[in-house]
Amino acid sequence: MSDSQVESDRLLVALRGLLVAKGLTTPAEIAERIRSTDTASPARGAAMVARAWTDPEFRALMLADGTAAAEAMAIPMRGLPPLGVLENTPEVHNLVVCTLCSCYPRAVLGYPPFWFKSAAYRARAVRDPRGLLEEWGTVVPPAVKLRVVDSTADYRWMVLPMRPAGTEGWPAEQLAGLLREGDMIGVTVPTATGPQPA
Amino acid sequence: MMAGFGPGQRVTVRNDWPETRGPCHIRTPHYLRGETGTVVRHLGDFPNPEDLAFARPAPVLPLYHVRFDLPALWHGEGRAGDEVVVEIFEHWLEPARQEAA
Repeated sequence: MSDSQVESDRLLVALRGLLVAKGLTTPAEIAERIRSTDTASPARGAAMVARAWTDPEFRALMLADGTAAAEAMAIPMRGLPPLGVLENTPEVHNLVVCTLCSCYPRAVLGYPPFWFKSAAYRARAVRDPRGLLEEWGTVVPPAVKLRVVDSTADYRWMVLPMRPAGTEGWPAEQLAGLLREGDMIGVTVPTATGPQPA
Repeated sequence: MMAGFGPGQRVTVRNDWPETRGPCHIRTPHYLRGETGTVVRHLGDFPNPEDLAFARPAPVLPLYHVRFDLPALWHGEGRAGDEVVVEIFEHWLEPARQEAA
């Protein structure tokens, strides 16, 4: 362990002690939030998307109120920013970025990928999004509008991708297996053959 | 809280640079300062993060989704019709001045 890790551990212990001593939180609340953060993963978002593809009522709820839809799937959202859901259609493709820092729909996708916080991703997503997406092999046809959603404040945004052709009749669990985290922020799009090696 | 702007209204982001005047915390990206866009909708009301960041009493302010034409932000670069949609607090917005047709 490096000196800076030792320093940051000491800072963390001191800060937790102060928060508890001042009655701002409890050790149980801290443990619960750590557990909840660590267990969040793209599998949660994938389950929501797959259900939206197979359950029109759930799809309507998810587009109207992402937080309510997540809670309907027993995803803990208490105390977290509201979740907004951006619908990809044949006319519009959505891409999520946070140019200021690293806002990310962690409750439903877990920790952001390392590149999401990079200056290069943040700058290019709002300036040259089509060029950026092409480097992921994601070609947004010229006839499709690209909408870049810069997550700057109190919402967190996820993308509801279009259901891939050739998946008619598939159950939700099988559909969920097609989804990667990138599909749910719009840097990639799911296909019926599932995630391809980069 | 009464939201002062409605969907479809043209608004201009204040061309203000508080970071040149001292320590501050701003959620309005600098590539949008002085730019004009269109209100998509009122997202809700939230405590002003500019105060929260300094543990000051934070008034609850209307937050909007505002749409900007992407090429217009970058001197015409990019595909016509592509857009950037951003959350902006009301105190950063002014009604757009009359634009040339």
